[in-house]
Order: sequence, then C-alpha cells, then structure tokens
Amino acid sequence: MTRLIRFAPLLALVVAAASPVLLPVYQVEVITYVMIATIACLGLVLMTGIAGMVSFGQAAFVGLGAYVSGYLSTRLGCSAWIGLVGAVMTAGVVAGLIGAVTVRMSGHYLALTTLCFGISFYFLVGNSEMLGRFNGLTGIAPVSVGGFDLRSERQGYYLALVTIVLVMAWCRQLLASRTGRVLRSLRSGPAIAETFGANAYLYRLMAFVLAAVISSIAGWLYAHVQRFLSPTPFGLTASIDYLFMTVIGGSSQLWGALLGASLVTIIKHELQDLLKFVFGPTTRLELLVFAAIMIVVLQKARKGLWPLLEQRIAPKAAPTLDIEPMILPHRRPKPEHGLTVVTASHLERRFGGLVAVDDISFHVKSGEILGILGPNGAGKTTLFNLISGALSPSQGELSFLGAPLLRASARDMCRRGLSRTFQHAALVQDMTLLENVAIGATHLGRCGLFANSLRLDRTEERQLLGWSRHLLDRVGLADKAFELAGNLSLGHQRLLEIARALAADPVLLLLDEPAAGLRMNEKVALAELLAELRCEGLAIVLVEHDMDFVFRLADRLMVMNFGRRIAYGRPDDVRADSGVQEAYLGAAA
Amino acid sequence: MTALLRIERFSVRYGRLLAVNDVSLEAHAGEVTAVIGPNGAGKTSLVNAIMGLIPFEGSLAFPAWPAAARSIEARIRARISLVPETRDLFGPMSVLDNLRLGAFALRSEVGFDMASRLTGVFKLFPRLAERREQRADTLSGGERQMLALGRALMLRPSFLMLDEPSLGLAPLIVAEMFRIIQRLKNDGVSILLIEQNARAALRISDRAYVLENGAVHLAGGASEIAADPRIIDAYLGGSMTAADDGRQRLSGRR
Amino acid sequence: MNTDVALILLQDGLVSGAVYVLLATALVLVFSVTRVVFVPQGDLVAFTALTLSAFEAGQPPGTVWILIVAAAIALALDVIEAVRLRDRLHATRSLLRFGLVPTVIVMAALFLVPKTAPLAWKMAVSAALIACLGPLIYRIVFQPLAAASPLVLLIAAVAAHLGLSSIGLHVFGAEGVRTEGFSGAPFALFGMIVTPQAVGVLASSVTVVTALYVFFRFSLRGRALLAAAHNRRGAEIVGISTVAAGRTVFLLTGIAAAISGLLIGPTTTLYYDSGFLLGLKGFVGAIVGGMAVYPLAAAGALLVGTVEAFASFWASAYRDVIVFLVIIPVLFWRSVSTVAPEDGLE
Repeated sequence: MTRLIRFAPLLALVVAAASPVLLPVYQVEVITYVMIATIACLGLVLMTGIAGMVSFGQAAFVGLGAYVSGYLSTRLGCSAWIGLVGAVMTAGVVAGLIGAVTVRMSGHYLALTTLCFGISFYFLVGNSEMLGRFNGLTGIAPVSVGGFDLRSERQGYYLALVTIVLVMAWCRQLLASRTGRVLRSLRSGPAIAETFGANAYLYRLMAFVLAAVISSIAGWLYAHVQRFLSPTPFGLTASIDYLFMTVIGGSSQLWGALLGASLVTIIKHELQDLLKFVFGPTTRLELLVFAAIMIVVLQKARKGLWPLLEQRIAPKAAPTLDIEPMILPHRRPKPEHGLTVVTASHLERRFGGLVAVDDISFHVKSGEILGILGPNGAGKTTLFNLISGALSPSQGELSFLGAPLLRASARDMCRRGLSRTFQHAALVQDMTLLENVAIGATHLGRCGLFANSLRLDRTEERQLLGWSRHLLDRVGLADKAFELAGNLSLGHQRLLEIARALAADPVLLLLDEPAAGLRMNEKVALAELLAELRCEGLAIVLVEHDMDFVFRLADRLMVMNFGRRIAYGRPDDVRADSGVQEAYLGAAA
Repeated sequence: MTALLRIERFSVRYGRLLAVNDVSLEAHAGEVTAVIGPNGAGKTSLVNAIMGLIPFEGSLAFPAWPAAARSIEARIRARISLVPETRDLFGPMSVLDNLRLGAFALRSEVGFDMASRLTGVFKLFPRLAERREQRADTLSGGERQMLALGRALMLRPSFLMLDEPSLGLAPLIVAEMFRIIQRLKNDGVSILLIEQNARAALRISDRAYVLENGAVHLAGGASEIAADPRIIDAYLGGSMTAADDGRQRLSGRR
Repeated sequence: MNTDVALILLQDGLVSGAVYVLLATALVLVFSVTRVVFVPQGDLVAFTALTLSAFEAGQPPGTVWILIVAAAIALALDVIEAVRLRDRLHATRSLLRFGLVPTVIVMAALFLVPKTAPLAWKMAVSAALIACLGPLIYRIVFQPLAAASPLVLLIAAVAAHLGLSSIGLHVFGAEGVRTEGFSGAPFALFGMIVTPQAVGVLASSVTVVTALYVFFRFSLRGRALLAAAHNRRGAEIVGISTVAAGRTVFLLTGIAAAISGLLIGPTTTLYYDSGFLLGLKGFVGAIVGGMAVYPLAAAGALLVGTVEAFASFWASAYRDVIVFLVIIPVLFWRSVSTVAPEDGLE
C-alpha cells in the first residue's frame, strides 16, 4: 500500500498524459484551464500558505504575464519564448517594486494593498489603447517548439502539463531547502527568521516576487493557449477565485493548489450549466454555491481539503531520510573559559513614561550560568530583548566579546554568536523537528535561492541536516526527528527550542523561562544538559521563575524588581542579602 | 457542612490529551478548598471546566443552586465567580470600567446598586481607587491581580474560584494576596483555591486535593496533607535549603 | 479648474465622504468587536436602495426572499445546536429571534407597503429588512468562526460578499436604480449652491456617528461589547456573551448600512454589485484609522470621498485607480506606525 502511494504522483502523471487522447475536446480544454489555474495557485501557496501573506491581487500578475507576452507577440512579432522571458522578467521587476513597499505591511494592510493593485491593473489595462482597451488583444501566436506550432487544444494541454510538472518540481525542491525552511517559518511571524540570522523582510519579498513570477508563467500559458486576451479574466473576481481555490484545496501544501483549482473549476463549470438550465442564462447563482463551499471549508476544515485527503490515503507517510549525525566542519572557535562574553553597564530602557529597565549593570563569562530572577513585570524580558538586539537601549552600553554593540539587530547578534529561546515556544508547527532545528543553522549555510532551486546544495544540506540531527541527539529527541513540531508536549518543545538555539553554534545562550511547564524529571534532565553546556564553555543567561531551579544551577544571580537590580552575586550571598529578603523573598525565606 | 460544589468522575479532554482524568471533588460552604499540584497537572483545566468555559465529561453539581450547573450565565447569576490564571482584564479600558463590567450580569436585577459595590471593592483595594481612571494594561503585576480579584468581587460572590492568584507576583505581594483571601474567608465567602504555592495555600485552607497528571493523587484535611511525608517531600521540602544539596549534586556530576 | 468647480467637487466629495464615514465607522465597530472586516457592508447598502426602489415601483422587493432563506438557515443551525445541547431555552430564543422577527418584517414588506404608502414608511420597512440581515449573516457565516484569525475572517467576509452579490443579481436583476431623495430647491450658503439632499446626508451621517460614539463610550452595554472584543474569556466570566455581542454589533452595522443606502440612493445609480466598491472605500477610510480610531477613520473616509470627486473630474475612467493608488501611501504609513500582531491563516 505505501509503495503504491509513493508511486501515486507518477501514476497520476501517466493518467494525465493519456487522458487527452481519450477525452472529448471540451473536457481537454477544461483540464487545461484547471492546470493554468493550478500554476497561479502554486504562486499563492508560496505567498499565502507558506509565507503567510494574503493576496487579493494575484490575477493581476497572471494578467501581467499574459499581456506582456501577448503584446510582444501581436505588436512586435516576438516568439512565445521571448514572450516568456519578457513576462517573467516584467513580473519579477513589477513585483519587486510593489513588494518592496507592501511586504513591510502586515495582515489587513497587505491584503488591502494587493486588492488595490488588483483593481487598478484591471482598470489600467481596460483603459489602455496600446493593449486594446476592454476589447483586448487578438491573434496571439501559439507556442512553437522546433518550428512546430502548438495550435490544437490537445497540444495546449501537453504544454500546460509540462509547465505544471516543472513548476511543481521546482517548488518542491525549493521548499525542502535552506531557503524554503526560512520561507516556511515566516507564517509564524518574522521573529524566528530574524533570531537565526535571516532577513525576514527580504524573504517575504522573495516569496512575493516568486508568487508573481509563477503567476506570470500561468498568464503566459493562458495567452498562448487561448490566443486571445481581455481584461476580465484578470480582474478582482479572478483574484478572489484563485485565493479561494488555494484555501479550499489547502493553502499550505503544493498539492492543495491542484486539488482546489480542480474542484472549484469543475464544480463551477458543471453547476453553471445546470443553473442556467433552471434559472435562465443570466444567473450567477453558482457563485453562491462557491461562496457557501468556501465558508463551510473555513468553518469545518480551515487547513483546506488536501490535509484531510492526505490523512485518508496516507495517514503516516513521514519521510525517513537517512541523515547521519555529524558535527559541523567549520565551527565557531569557542572563547577560552572565563572570558567575558557580555558586559552591560547602566542599561536603561523606557517605554513612554515607563522605565522598564533602570540602570542595570552585569557581565557574563564563558563557562558560566547567570540566573535572572524577578516577579512578572520586573523588566526581565525587556532586558533580554536588549541583549538579543530585539530592542535598543535608551541609555547605557552593551558590549559583546569586547566589541561595543550599537543598534545591533537580532540578525547581527545571531551572526556574532548569540542565540536564544522564547518564553512562549516559537516553533514552526507543521515542520519536522529536524527542519525546525535546521532553521537555527540558517546563517551557517551559504546556498541561496539559485543553488537551492537547482539542487546545487547537496553537500551543504547534508552538513546542516546532519548537524541538526546531532543536536536532536543531544537533547534526547532524536527518535522524533521526523515528527511534526506541533505534536510535541510543552516540555519537548522547550528542548527543541534549545536544540535549535544550539544549531546556530552560539557563544552565548539566552534562555527565557526554559523550565516553565516542565515536569520534575524533565527539569532535572534540562539542568543536566545546561550544566554540560556550561562545561563546554558556553555562556548562559537564564530567566526563570522557578527559584529552586535557578538557585541550583546558576553560578551567579541577579534579582530584579521594578526594572532595577536589587541584588547581584553568588546564590548564597543573594539569598543572605537583606534587601532581597525584605523586598523580594519576604519573611518566608 | 453542606457541599457547595460536587464533581464526580470528572474529565476534560483536548483532542487525544486527557488533561483532567476522572476527578471527584467537593467544596464546602464557608471553607477554603485548595487544589495543589505541579504545573501541567490539569488544575486550570479543572477550574475552567467547573466554571463552564470548556466542555467536560462526568457530573457537576452546585447543590445549593441547582440551576447554576446549566450555563456560565446561570453560574454568574448564582454568584459563582472565577479569577482566571491569565487574569483576563480588559486591557485598554480603565480600572473603573473593568470593575463596572464585573457586575454586568446583574445590571437589571432589582435593587442593583453599582456605586455601593464599587465602594466595597475600593475599600478592600485602596490602590485601585487611586488608579480608577488608569488603563488596566498599564498596571503593575500586583495591581492587575487586585483588579482581577476586584472585578470578581463586584458580583459579591458566594463561591469564588481563584486560579493561581500568586503566580508571577513578588513574594511580598503574594503574602498580601493570601491575607486578602483569608479576609474573604472570614467574611463568609467559600473559596476554591488553585495554587502551585502549596505551603501558603495549605496554611489558609480547610481541605485540600493534590492533583498530578490530571488525577487526584491525595485528598484530605489541609493540615493532614501538610503533614503527609510524601507531600513534604514533593512540594513543601524546604525550597531553599534543598537547593544547596541540589547544587552540590550537580557540580559533583561535573 | 476654477474655484466654482472646485467648490462643487468639494461638496460632492464631502457628501459621498459623509456616507463613507458612516460605512467606515460601522466597519471599525464590527472589526473591534468581532475582528471581522465586514466586506458585505457595501452590498447591504446597495440592497437598501434596490429594496426601496422596488417599494416605489409597488413591487415586493427581492430582499424578502433573501431574508426568508437566511432566516431559515440560521434557524436550522440554531435548532440543531439546541437539540445537541438539549437546551430548550436556546431553541425558544432562537425561534423568536430568527423566526418571529423576520416573519413580522417579511409580512409587513409583503402586505403593508402599498405603492401609495408614504416615503418614510417605505424607508423604514426597507431599513428593517436590511438591518435584520446583519445578525443573520453573523449567525450563518461568522459565529462558527469565532476563534479564527482575522485573515480567515476576512476571507470568509469576501466569500459572504460573493454569495450576497450572486443572490443580489438573482432577486434584483441587473438594472440600476436611483431612489427618491429629500425634496426641495437648492439654496445658497456662503456662496455655494447647496442641495437639501447634501444637507440631509451630512446631518444624518453626523447624527448616526455621534449616536454610535455615545453608545460605545458611555453606556455599560456599549463597554461590554468592546470588552468582548478585548478579551473573550474575560468577557465570558463576567457574563458577557461574545455571541450576543457579535449579534448586536452586526445588527448595528445592518442599521448603519441601511441608513447609508437610503442616503446614497438618490445621489447615484446603484446596481446589485455596486456595493463592493462602496464598501471598499469605507474600508479604506476605516483602515486609515487603523481599524480602531474613529476620528481618523472619519477623516480617512472624507479624504476618500474628496479624492474620488476630484479624480472623476480629471480622469473619470481612472477614477477608481486613482482612489486606490493614492491610498497606498496612507496604508503604508498606517501599517508601519501601528504595531499589529502577526496573524496567520490558521
């Protein structure tokens, strides 16, 4: 059975290749249209499902590709292949310009902006003399291969089939790579990417441009298969159609695009005929059914239909790649034991009138654990964000390995050797443990989009994944390497976060309440791991509520209250400190 | 002693995970009933299900108010109130608005007097009176907990459930919090107290349940529980003194 | 362009801007209580005008059928739920809310609005029909999605719009309508020719917006609606039902949409699908206010109206393009200046 499932895509391909011979022309045309829509939806999967940006304007990029190639063909007599290059390049450049502004926005703002562009494209094209206004362009040349024109419906079908296979294969390859892992982390916010040295903005822009380029390929295909263009199929309704197809199919998976596009197109076609027969030729009631399906999917199966189908046919198809644990060949030289890693002097951070961190000084050496204690709202998390570069201090100085830190971003800090975990475990739920850890090693890789897409990255991938595997071994999660992070218990999630932080090969590790939510035996295991890391020369800063845990583990302690440092020193001294007794521990101690 | 709350064979499930497993428990009038246990033992799920915020299996009864078990609104009308672990204040609103909304469900009852209820809460927490116009999300941790409790007290509850009232507070404020709970008890409020801070909780309660992995591990009078060697070992074991042994243990392993 | 033309355009802009203000305010309200960007708001506006025009023509409006079907679905959903929970009270309330109320309104629309009825009565029944749709849409589309992220809710709202405009074509047909307005001769005010219609629109818009502001700022019930938005659990434990809050705010937005429709109906020709762009312009205004700040939302809506008026003078074919392109810098500024929580699709 599993063997059968592994060959399912191949089988589907064979069926797809044979069907035009067997089916009537009308159905061949419908399937061709399904494939074109699928390609556009693949772009949306990258942008919406993977990178978390909703687009209500994707049809505009399909239209852009179509019109560029159509214009080159009808007005300048260029071949379809030059048209393809033109379409892809124009879409890339336009998306780059638009994206440079829009991907900085979040949520609704981005969705609305894409909508504005989508509507504007429709009106611009419709009012442009050069592009034939609302009448459109006619007489577009077919694609020609080796002097042979692909004119008939069946030939168009095969062209679409080859294109979809290529685009799909490329997307799969990309998503499994280093670049893909960062893209897939974006949906849970930019924090993960930034913490591990990747520029979240550039990756969001990359997703936006890739989505546009893929959509423009769909448009190119449309132009040369249909050989006639008008603005209508690229308007807002089409954009909404593409988005709905993607969401119905399952926006976070490539196969979801195919499923969504097929279902929606076929249901719409069949229903339209039926409803026209019942209610007369002007009815658009099929849209009502379409909307209803969309709403029911959102209510009952928010991840789309593909995950449901996948569960049905292959409940546990976890990949069991052979990945040998290995230590990275080029590790960062560890500073010698006892060298000062971070020094903070008189740090202050204000938010409006509130002083969250007030005149804090401390230092941490390699091979040492500094514990930070304090009640909620004492400024611990703010202090953490100051050290890790997520916030910059209002006053005071920080230095890292002897070099002063001036407005260093989280990204820079990662490259310099700082790594952290989050108070609320920030993992990519639908990625495997191994891939989650590999995100930590992002800044240690060199291969970019190009190498990743063309599979020139095999050596590097083997190293990064092997290193991740090694770290999973260390935290004791190796047996779950191919499970999804979302299925882990809270305790295991914390361990996974630590493995990911270690994957960046840090000098300093910041842990934000690593013991919160752990059971007793898990706490003991965590303490052992941290003690071991300390032996290896790592500097560790630990924010924790659990006093027992901190007092046992830390070499030195800092107690904070109301943003101020009220005690600082060896655990015994801190406990004996009368100020701490009075202000913090109370009489009970 | 009459039981105010009685649950039997009570379970809470999240998907496949069984957060509360077959728990039976009683809380009596005029008493403080403590539920203690480590993080993740299912304490919060238990109390949220009792309040009616999440679904449960098994039986739940409030013998004094038979109608209260029906819905969360019915519980509120029966003066059953919860202070959740996450406080759940209305952040952008003023302290005063937060308190007024605490009595929202009673607004159309005969003889309802918002002003006198507010005065009552302000008397207990003069700090809140000083800050009545301040936004709730600008309060300090301790003040937020006071506001959360104050909002619950706007109902003049006869049965009050407190979920980790000392969580994340500085020890001095924790002590203050427990003084207030003691005072409420003296005023005749029956309390179900969920706490990780077992020592402080057992000190002011009459009966206690120890929850572990979703199930009742031990139950009995608070003083018996506090004297139980297993509990002393796991929860009360001198939190400070034992730390040194642990530290030596760890460094010995190095 | 001379000053006279500019003044006329400005007046036009302010009048349509005033309607957008109303739409923007309602959108901000709905969003702040339920996190829904209520795209179908515009459809309800257009449907109001189409309903009123049907009454003017002495025919039963198509809205009646929409209402009947929607109420039947909502009722069915509630009854199924009540049976599952074995909650008789819930079923009874639902029968009143989604059974009795729509029946009364439908009966009134079918039998009590002769062609000769006064305009005010026709307007009132039209408004009641539309306002009643608000809570029904909430029950069918959004109530089951209460825990979803804002982006999921946005997609659902777009789906709801698609569904509504599809029924709209079916029951109203493709013809456009223009309804009767406030009668009276234009008069001069500070050197400007002012129509009673313009004054009526501005005055109504200001009144409704002020009423909404007072309700949400000062009444305990209004505060409770906002509380449900800030913290669901916090609201539940003090006895504020988030479902009831959603229903109430959708009723309010239905009323606001109906009033907008009555105001805008006489000034422009409306089709079954005109609503989307209207709603979008209100939405742009709302988002200028960061979906939270009412005065800014109002300013944004007025800006949209004015830009639109001037754009239609200079380049009417590109009118909408200009409106949407001008708005992008504003969006950018709002997006960068408000720290929004990241929201995913799940």
